[in-house]
Amino acid sequence: MSVNEEGSQGVIRRRSWRDIDLRAVAPFVALALLLLVGALVNPNFISINNLANVATRSAFIAIIAVGATFVISSGDLDLSVGAMVAFIASLMILFMNSGVIADPALMLLAAVLFTIVSGALCGLTNGLITTVGKIEPFIATLGTMGIYRGLTTWLSQGGAITLKEPELQEIYRPAYFGTIFGVPVPIVVILAVTAVAAFILYRTRYGRHVVAVGSNRDVARYSGISVNRVRTVAFVIQGLCVAAAVLLYVPRLGSTSATTGILWELQAITAVVVGGTALKGGAGRVWGTICGAFILELVGNIMLLSNFISEYLIGAIQGAIIIIAMLVQRSLVRKS
Amino acid sequence: MTTEVVDGAPVVLSARRISKSFSGVQVLFSVDFELRQGEIHALMGENGAGKSTLVKILSGFEQPTSGEILLDGKSVKLPANGAAEALGIVIIHQEFNLAEHLTVTESLFLGREVTRFGVLDRKFMRAETRRVLDLLGSHVDENAMVGSLSIAEKQMVEIAKAISRDARVVFMDEPTAVLSREETNFLFRLVRKLRDKGTSFVFVSHKLDEVMELTDRVTVLRDGQWIKTSPTSILDGEAIAQLMVGRELSSLYPAKTEPDIDEEVVLRVNGLSTGYVRDASFEVRRGEILGFSGMIGSGRTELMEAIVGLRPRLAGEVFVRGQPVSSGDVHAVNNAGLAYMTKDRKAKGLLLDAGMMANLTLQSLARHTRLGYLDPGSEEAALVKARRRFDIRVRDDSVIAGRMSGGNQQKLLLAKVMETDPDIIIIDEPTRGIDVGTKQQIYHFISALARDGRSIIVVSSEMPEVIGLCSRVVVMREGHIAGILEGDEISEQEIMRYAAGLKKKTAA
Repeated sequence: MSVNEEGSQGVIRRRSWRDIDLRAVAPFVALALLLLVGALVNPNFISINNLANVATRSAFIAIIAVGATFVISSGDLDLSVGAMVAFIASLMILFMNSGVIADPALMLLAAVLFTIVSGALCGLTNGLITTVGKIEPFIATLGTMGIYRGLTTWLSQGGAITLKEPELQEIYRPAYFGTIFGVPVPIVVILAVTAVAAFILYRTRYGRHVVAVGSNRDVARYSGISVNRVRTVAFVIQGLCVAAAVLLYVPRLGSTSATTGILWELQAITAVVVGGTALKGGAGRVWGTICGAFILELVGNIMLLSNFISEYLIGAIQGAIIIIAMLVQRSLVRKS
Repeated sequence: MTTEVVDGAPVVLSARRISKSFSGVQVLFSVDFELRQGEIHALMGENGAGKSTLVKILSGFEQPTSGEILLDGKSVKLPANGAAEALGIVIIHQEFNLAEHLTVTESLFLGREVTRFGVLDRKFMRAETRRVLDLLGSHVDENAMVGSLSIAEKQMVEIAKAISRDARVVFMDEPTAVLSREETNFLFRLVRKLRDKGTSFVFVSHKLDEVMELTDRVTVLRDGQWIKTSPTSILDGEAIAQLMVGRELSSLYPAKTEPDIDEEVVLRVNGLSTGYVRDASFEVRRGEILGFSGMIGSGRTELMEAIVGLRPRLAGEVFVRGQPVSSGDVHAVNNAGLAYMTKDRKAKGLLLDAGMMANLTLQSLARHTRLGYLDPGSEEAALVKARRRFDIRVRDDSVIAGRMSGGNQQKLLLAKVMETDPDIIIIDEPTRGIDVGTKQQIYHFISALARDGRSIIVVSSEMPEVIGLCSRVVVMREGHIAGILEGDEISEQEIMRYAAGLKKKTAA
């Protein structure tokens, strides 16, 4: 046909290992390398116990990052997640302390529902401000970050909010410290949340719409997709994921303060980007995100177990990781 | 009107045997052009005839593939990116090159500010700006912000900028497109005044009446070829229109089938208005191919987007099979059996990073959903079918849309829109930027859809396409429906008359 075609389609290629999307594989390769490095640094590192520990501790960031994968895939950004964790956790503990329901089991159930609804509402707020208010997500969630954090500080009067009811604490504790078939509950929750998220993103109409909206809003609009609804729902999913993280966080310490979840938004975004999701939207990789969250936690763990880098540098290292991940992503795009 | 021919005046700028290709596609074929001192020279041609490319080459924004440019009889290579201004060659763009946050004075002296001892001499620059504006008879305040000016005033500032740089040659690309009649008259008086002082103008316009009124000579291009240069006074609008068009229809098009006169009206648009389009009314029958013609910017796309809910309607109603469809809901319009195919396949039609299947089913995912989840098998079956039906030829099934050729992208976009199984399909520029072979396939496909009992609206800037396919043609001009042509009335000359405003007809 046209002359253009020859140039634009390139040479005929057989299906081979080169067809594998490097961006999708890169985070898993990085994870494998990191495990190797860790094993060389300290033999205890590679033990099942240590690794399960690391995975358990990565749960909060991993679950929040799964939500962030939706927001980022649809072309937005949510900076308020760290503050949202503190805010919702405070609300949940205050609710349980209020003692409106006498029976501890019923109270816990009500508190869980209350938390989930709170998370969805916080996400909905973010979504409506960005879409209906037509404010850049960066600015909108910067604002709500301040609001959620400020409300937490006010609720706690600058101190801590602690779960008072010992009976409630007792029945809630296993939600973080328990195991299911020998697997720590947080790991089970990570896998469950990720599996559901992957199903939504890859196997439902809504997931396709998220990627289309993030890839090109005009194309989505011209295809009859309600762009604002898709974006808002992504923020709600983010809120639900934050609520899930809070449900794990509260039984761990039974307490929150104004400093809970500080910089978690940075870690969540880092996990998403390290996992291979494009920050400009249009490609979501849920399992990659989980991998990214593990990588972040592993780096911290290796730093603790080794003696040659101070663990006080952990924030700096995580900051460096996000920059390196972006550089790697871009060079892989150029190659492909 | 000036009938005097400036014969014998020296030639300022000329093009000799200029050819130009863009990535292998030739758009100008050995074109000659001559601009004399102190003349207003119209450059005319259909959309895509090569006017803009020639203007860009003569002002240094593009370099010719072959041929030479002579300035004052000497062969020159014009410097790129507007640096030709230093030689006195200025181009006034359709979209103005003015920074909104500068004052008029600052805009005039942008890039060549006058300083005294290293400090801006603002007093001098203001005085000089005033002098130039007075010379033009303009009342624009030299201290006003550009952003606060009307479009006509901005144009005035652009011209003042040209004058203050001692322009000898001024290119004006559709300068009156955004002006009212009074503003146009003022502009013309100004241009004539400057012409009489020896400035040369190249006037690119689709408006035949203005060309007749203002210009001294006319050059007509068609399909990238020079057709004729002649004094304006010996031509009339009809003659120019014929020169611009003047070709026979080939067998590119399938035989036309006209719907019966009592066939059901499937789409009725009643008094529809948007910001630009005003009071558009028309009907489409079952099995009809209705054409929409008109100049670029005549409001065709805006009207179509308002019909399908991509743009808000200010007034008017749309009925599909007698049922009103709501404004601003693309999804509901799709469900009613009406689909729109955008002319901008790269920015609005396809996800360029995604593969064929994600693109194909994006608009119709509900058809592949079972119990809330997408059925990959059903999507794959759709792709296999669509590739056969639309003859989408790719060597690698996993190719992303951005790497497909224009023709295959267009077929994929058509397939995507057809996946919603619409009864009425609005196709905006069905064959923009694709090769002749694919064009023919798309024409035959459109024709087959009509025989199948579907209705098609073809919006096209290529007149042969509209004439070759459609049994009725709506011509739009400046946001209005200028006329609806049927049967023997459908000819390029007739369409051109309506599109250029030489003829008007209220909706039939």
